[in-house]
Amino acid sequence: MSYVPNTAADQEAMLAAIGVASIGDLFGDVPKRLRYPEFSLPAPLSEMEVLAELREMSEQNADLDHYLCFLGAGAYNHFLPSVVDQVISRSEFYTAYTPYQPEISQGTLQTIFEYQSMICALTGMDVANASHYDGATALAEAVIMAFNVSRQRKTRVVLSPDVHPEYREVVRTYTQGMGLTIVGDGDPANDVTTLQRLVDEDTCCVVVQNPSFFGHLSAPAVMQALADAAHDVKALFVVVADPISLGLFKPPGDYGADVVLGEGQPLGNALNFGGPYLGYFACRQDHVRRMSGRLVGETVDSRGQRGYVMTLVAREQHIRRERATSNICTNQALNALAAGVYLAAMGRQGLRQVAELSYHKAHYAAQRIAELPGFELADSAPFFKEFAVRCPLPVQTLNRELLEGWGIVGGFDLGRFYPHREGQMLLCVTEMNAKEEIDYLVEALAEIAAEWEGQEEGSDD
Amino acid sequence: MKVDPNCRYTRSHEWIRVEGDEGVTGITDYAQGELSDIVYVELPEPGDSFEKGQMYATVESVKAASDCYLPVGGEILAINEALEDAPELVNNDPYGEAWFARIQIADPAELDDLMDAAAYQAFCEAEGGH
Repeated sequence: MSYVPNTAADQEAMLAAIGVASIGDLFGDVPKRLRYPEFSLPAPLSEMEVLAELREMSEQNADLDHYLCFLGAGAYNHFLPSVVDQVISRSEFYTAYTPYQPEISQGTLQTIFEYQSMICALTGMDVANASHYDGATALAEAVIMAFNVSRQRKTRVVLSPDVHPEYREVVRTYTQGMGLTIVGDGDPANDVTTLQRLVDEDTCCVVVQNPSFFGHLSAPAVMQALADAAHDVKALFVVVADPISLGLFKPPGDYGADVVLGEGQPLGNALNFGGPYLGYFACRQDHVRRMSGRLVGETVDSRGQRGYVMTLVAREQHIRRERATSNICTNQALNALAAGVYLAAMGRQGLRQVAELSYHKAHYAAQRIAELPGFELADSAPFFKEFAVRCPLPVQTLNRELLEGWGIVGGFDLGRFYPHREGQMLLCVTEMNAKEEIDYLVEALAEIAAEWEGQEEGSDD
Repeated sequence: MKVDPNCRYTRSHEWIRVEGDEGVTGITDYAQGELSDIVYVELPEPGDSFEKGQMYATVESVKAASDCYLPVGGEILAINEALEDAPELVNNDPYGEAWFARIQIADPAELDDLMDAAAYQAFCEAEGGH
């Protein structure tokens, strides 16, 4: 049975309207052998059989209900309080977020406003938008915003090599053809001091990540020095930050950031399969008109009662067309709602506790792993919840052994993006990793390494 | 709809009042009426140079954000900083208090392409004006 919705008469009328005799003629330019390929599909199944088959397929996934996870590198396994799903599953929230007269959805607007307010409190910024697709696209929007703040006259972007490598790729993709020159991330040795020397009069922004992709924390004073260098040439200082880290450490607004953004997934959003996530984005009041994305404001109605409105929409695509601040003015409403519910549920104290637990457990894990023969910490810098470990065997091999032999999702293979860090694994520990799990990981690493060494010696004979 | 007899006009509803080899610019009464309540005016910086017809300012109203084009080429000598805090001046006094910029006119011959007040009035009426 075919699901083509138009009738033979409809088709006749359409063909007559465009002056084509038959459907065959319409697709005449497509080679015949490609027109109706034969599909070799299995026989149809009943609903019950389909469900059974799909279940069987889904059970082949290594999910975190059945595996331990020490992988981070941009997506983080933090605890999801039940209240998050409970609230976001309400039908008022779960359906379309942006009716074309948004003000009739006061509840939706209020949740967005509260999300924005909490992001501001977390980052030390004045205004936050209602989110971007993910951390990477939020960074790309920040770079474009900085370019626009310079009235498109400053074309240099100083980008730290310690920013997530995929974020840096997305920045390059987004800014193609805009005439920007991106410097700084080509040399992995560049740090806050050397980046400072790359800042010149033509620089529109300086981008760093704190904690860095490698988990390192930079001291506020060090960051402030780079911020000052940026501000001396009227460039924006853009900071990518893990929002959980801001529960414990100083908000970037305290050390000179003009824009703070990052991946919002750790705030109440499940890992899923890498998405959908949300990018949080906040900046200083001065730049609010250059900021892309949805923005909800609090106001009063004609009777003096509190109400919420979509504000500054004149910057957006449906009004400004090609001159809009961005060609993407949508937001990740449901994910942002989850982040908002999470922040409200955790509160200042709860978030701090999550960050502290992650910090202490990560440091316990790092210390234990560093004691293992063959393993050592790759860096001595202070870190938050991630750290790089130099391994005695190829990271790919180690990860396969961990997954298949021990039920552990291992760390990120840093050699993939940083050739000078070949053989290093970026491990992540959060409040979700019990001490027993960490000890089990240490035991697994020790055994796999010992076995590897045995094999190596064996092959030498 | 008001026009100022001392100004010259563009088809995109900007005006310029010539004072020696300098000019003062803004948007017309017709333009502010079409835009309705103006909430923000973004102006260039003194020292910036623009060619005739280049976008040099943006006016944001509750309805839309619109670009404004410089009637003749030149360098920005001064901008009206009062508009930053009081964008509503554009609605109240488009030819007076709500001037946008003072410019050094690069080529006075470019003024010849602009309409005088009578021609501009006729142009707006033909556009379905008020």
